[in-house]
Amino acid sequence: MTQLALGTPGLRKRQSLRRRQGKSAVMVGLLIAAVVVAIGVLAWVLIYVAIQGASALNLNFITQNPPGNPAAAGGGFYNGIIGSLIIVGIASAIAVPLGIGAAIYLVEYGRGRLSATIRFFNDVLIGIPTIVTGAFIYAIWVTRFGFSGFAGSLALSIVMLPLVTRTTEEMLRLVPNELREGSLALGATRSQTVMRVCLPTALPGIITGVMLAVARAMGETAPLLLTALGNDLFTQYNPSQRMSTLSLQIFDNAVTGFQEGQARAWAGALTLIAIVLIFTFGARFFGRRVRTANA
Amino acid sequence: MPPPAGVSGSIPATRALPLPLKRGRPRVADRLFGSGVTVAGTLVLLVIGAMIIFLVLEGFPAMQHYGFFSFVTASRWAPSEAFPNVSHPNPYGILQFIYGTMLTSIIGMLIAVPLAVGAALVITDVAPQRVKGPLSALVDLLAAVPSVVYGFWGIFALIPAIKPVVDFLTTTLGTVPVIGVAFQGPFFGVSYFTAGLVLAIMVLPIIAAVCREVFRSTPRNEKEAALALGATRWEMLRIAVLPRARSGIVGAALLGLGRALGETIAVTMVIGNAVLHINPSIFSQGATMSSVIANEFTEATEPFHLSALFVVGFWLLIVALIVNILARLIVRRGVAL
Repeated sequence: MTQLALGTPGLRKRQSLRRRQGKSAVMVGLLIAAVVVAIGVLAWVLIYVAIQGASALNLNFITQNPPGNPAAAGGGFYNGIIGSLIIVGIASAIAVPLGIGAAIYLVEYGRGRLSATIRFFNDVLIGIPTIVTGAFIYAIWVTRFGFSGFAGSLALSIVMLPLVTRTTEEMLRLVPNELREGSLALGATRSQTVMRVCLPTALPGIITGVMLAVARAMGETAPLLLTALGNDLFTQYNPSQRMSTLSLQIFDNAVTGFQEGQARAWAGALTLIAIVLIFTFGARFFGRRVRTANA
Repeated sequence: MPPPAGVSGSIPATRALPLPLKRGRPRVADRLFGSGVTVAGTLVLLVIGAMIIFLVLEGFPAMQHYGFFSFVTASRWAPSEAFPNVSHPNPYGILQFIYGTMLTSIIGMLIAVPLAVGAALVITDVAPQRVKGPLSALVDLLAAVPSVVYGFWGIFALIPAIKPVVDFLTTTLGTVPVIGVAFQGPFFGVSYFTAGLVLAIMVLPIIAAVCREVFRSTPRNEKEAALALGATRWEMLRIAVLPRARSGIVGAALLGLGRALGETIAVTMVIGNAVLHINPSIFSQGATMSSVIANEFTEATEPFHLSALFVVGFWLLIVALIVNILARLIVRRGVAL
């Protein structure tokens, strides 16, 4: 702690107290300005989307499919909403058990180099561009079985998997060792201890992690372009066929250049933000300790 | 990493033990469970390995036809000039995409890093206790807005807002000799710069979240010591908080960079998708590695077109892997996260 007093250049220079306090006030002011800018941009985005979206949003929007012609007014993204739910639902069914399993391995079973490597590359996988994930699923799945909602689910499950693994891991680490010891001392096996002591204890945090991963997957567009492809003509409930999603429809209609299409896209953007925010706030409700920004 | 034992955080530890536990389950179930979760764990490594392998396999025809390095030495992407029996020159140059990815990411980082560091400092050390929680939740919320929404907002709200400023810059800075070439007009709205701005907004919450953890790890007594020695608020931040956070900030910035490099849909919507050459002006239209894949993938009909897009994907994956691995190594060493 001696470095505090001696080692810091610039402090040795004698400056009047008033000047130092003035400088401090200016710097703190700049820092506060940074927060104001960040939150200002957030407000700008949310309010802009809300205003644009509200004027186009009505009951038809969530009960009807888009008109075949992007220049035609009316219609909605019913098939995209259904597609998003089905695709993200299947992706969660794949990613959640695997992610929780991987976290159990990391916390309760893994020792040594392998588990350290897995933990490290799990973090790395979070940062892999999702468009690359989409291209990967195209290469292993779409080239054989064609574009399909399920291919989209596979891509999204790769997006979700490392997120679920990491939050579950963090939550399992918070489970006190005394609980494990107590359970084992009572004669429970390791798997019983994990399933009936550790997981239930960590459950709120795990739900938080899953909901954040779902929110993230709901908003993904890029990997779906290469896998689910989109289908604006009718409602597709069969995930072995190409499907539309809310995000894909927003993208398509936003770039059409027709005001009618853009109006639908704004309504879609508002719907998507609403869904994502519901999941994000829901996640916060379950566990406050988890970071919402998946870094 | 949170402390391993004895700390239960906000989780109610008491309702954990559902007694009585069944006795004497056969060992087999236990073993199966153990190997099951091990497989789930190894899956991550398999996925990353398989990604590299399959991108190389799909890109192989184009790499074989044109040569491995010919992609990164050319900067003209013109699929219509590709013919099955002509292998030189390579019509699928990707240098301009690498340039676009780098330029947009750098613009994004130059804006996002100072803002994120500032925001994180406010949240950890400046704001009154009661405001800290809501502030950090709001900044986190920036990360929740989907990419496609940022792109859409970028086209219709951001571009009209920055147009007058950029028009002013192109007529002033753009006419300065030497450096003017980087700021030349005309500005059509979609550009590297616009994409960089959108990226800045998108990576800000990620960098801020990591920085927050880093700043929070400063020992309280050092801050108090600084204040007790008469340091002002800013001096306290500069001598007690920032020095030990340096590597953490670098790691956070690299994490943000990794995200910026791969961001696709928002960038595709606001960059203009000009693929023919490197445009030196930041206000001109361009393309990035990810935007060209998103834009052309499902319409790739020319010879080797799809395969060449996989080559782009391969290089993008390699760059993203390197940046993310570096970032994680630095973040891990600098602060336990």
